[in-house]
Amino acid sequence: MAGYLASMAVFAGLTALMALGLNLIWGLAGMVNLGLVGFYAIGAYTTALLCVNFGWSPIAGIFAAVCLSAAIGCVVALVTARLKGDYLAIVTLGFAEIVRLIAANEVWLTGGTTGISNIPSLPRSMLSPMQVNFVYAGLVWIVVAFVALLLGRVSAAPFGRVLRAIREDEMVASVAGKRVLRFKIQAFAVGAAVLGLAGGLYAHYVGYVAPDAFTPLITIAVVLALTAGGTGTMRGAIIGAVLVVTLTEGTRFLAPLLSGLSPVRIAALREGLIGLCLILALSLRPTGLWPETLSKHPSEAS
Amino acid sequence: MIGEVLQILVNGLLAGAQLAVPAIGFTTIYAVLRFPNFALAGHATIGAYAGVLANVAWGWPVGAALLAAFVVAGLVGVASDTLVLKRLRPSGSLTTAIGAAALGIVLENIIRFIFGNDPLGFDVPVLRDWRVSLGTAGGLRIGPQQVQAAAASIIVMAVLFAFLSFTSSGRMMRAVADNPTLAALKGIDADSVARRANFVAMGLAGFGGMLIGLDTSVDPLVGARVVLPVFAAAVLGGLGSIPGAVAGAFLIGIGEEMSTLVLDPSYRTAVGFVAILLVLTLRPRGLLGERAL
Repeated sequence: MAGYLASMAVFAGLTALMALGLNLIWGLAGMVNLGLVGFYAIGAYTTALLCVNFGWSPIAGIFAAVCLSAAIGCVVALVTARLKGDYLAIVTLGFAEIVRLIAANEVWLTGGTTGISNIPSLPRSMLSPMQVNFVYAGLVWIVVAFVALLLGRVSAAPFGRVLRAIREDEMVASVAGKRVLRFKIQAFAVGAAVLGLAGGLYAHYVGYVAPDAFTPLITIAVVLALTAGGTGTMRGAIIGAVLVVTLTEGTRFLAPLLSGLSPVRIAALREGLIGLCLILALSLRPTGLWPETLSKHPSEAS
Repeated sequence: MIGEVLQILVNGLLAGAQLAVPAIGFTTIYAVLRFPNFALAGHATIGAYAGVLANVAWGWPVGAALLAAFVVAGLVGVASDTLVLKRLRPSGSLTTAIGAAALGIVLENIIRFIFGNDPLGFDVPVLRDWRVSLGTAGGLRIGPQQVQAAAASIIVMAVLFAFLSFTSSGRMMRAVADNPTLAALKGIDADSVARRANFVAMGLAGFGGMLIGLDTSVDPLVGARVVLPVFAAAVLGGLGSIPGAVAGAFLIGIGEEMSTLVLDPSYRTAVGFVAILLVLTLRPRGLLGERAL
């Protein structure tokens, strides 16, 4: 039971990281990214390949995962820079599907649908499985705290103010002399790096990656986390992630009540619940539970 | 060589005709209601299941089952718009689009809950391919099932064009798509137009879903498997333009066939994605621009 809670804490931390990455791209800079699971997958596969095939250490592997995700984020941002909301949503959605398609088909590289196993994790010889869960949960949450602090600083800095200005009105920002394209690419790259970091941590925790783990459902869950918590704030992203994981994992405890149902039906109920909650969150409180407070000019305040 | 080129062209046109039906649905919603309805995949799946039930459980012929797929998916479309998406629209098109993606997951899992993950098949005879000899240039192989599906798609498109051109409902939809404010001033009820547009568009999605099911098999992911080329066709032609969606669908159908010359067939769906990236980089509003309907 305690081990299970620790593993829940790991997944909550990974979701929080993804929500933080999405928050920078979408919450602050206003670029919708429905392909975030693609960057998560790139991060996971990068470190998995380097550690399994070339014997890299997990830390070096995760570092490479972060760099590659950021680089691909740059390219995606550059290619899609001129696209507005609806078109960007479609293209990013497609991006994640392409990543999954490549992972499933390039068998020589990714092992195809069977995936890559035996990814090194914490030294299991020194720790019991239970301890592994606890130590990893602690590690993941230290990373979450570090990233949240860092992105919080970025958001409060002039850089963050420019991103919010771009989100509200790109034209005004560029008239004010800001290089909009450069800021957008930087924000997308940093956000993608955080998503890749989450993917790398995921790969080393589970020890196994396969295309099935990177479905659009993850994107929906992370968007739900950010929407529930409130887009634009780091705090909202983290609280939202904890809520979402509590909700989805918590339903496992209902399993005894649903014992008459087949596993397929229980899985369908849980996935449907994530979708339903996102719809409810969007319609009941589009600003999230802890919305961003924007400072207003004195003339507007009254 | 000429034979091969012709074969690719024929296959691409047949695939494009099937793709065009749900792509028209996607673009119609965009034209009238101004948001990309990502729940399209869920409605296509529902249509496929309605068709397979009508065909296998009740023994309806394929034509009648296609009609059932259209009507059931259309009704679900009206219901899901009234219950869910309509409430989200005031918060902006992106919020609605994300809500629609969530709705698609809910619909897919309702189907999974009821029918499970096992694929279902239609009760149709397997027909042998037609062979057309081209003399020295080789020969063509044409699947009768693909031809029937393409013919059904073209009939549906013809009916749709007649509906939009000659009926008052169709004219009202075009008016709202062209200029919502002016349409409202003329006394056109936006809610009723939204309902009709949803019935038609999601009906088309369901029809398209069943055609795909006929070609392969029906499972909860049948809609999700084709949304990428469908979105790509609509974006390629310019969101909101029905002729654009048709042109985009044929281009993508042919492009997918051509890609099999150099790429593994499992990358077919990626072709649409590459195509929209290329087109959007050169022409951010798609081939046929923003002209509504």
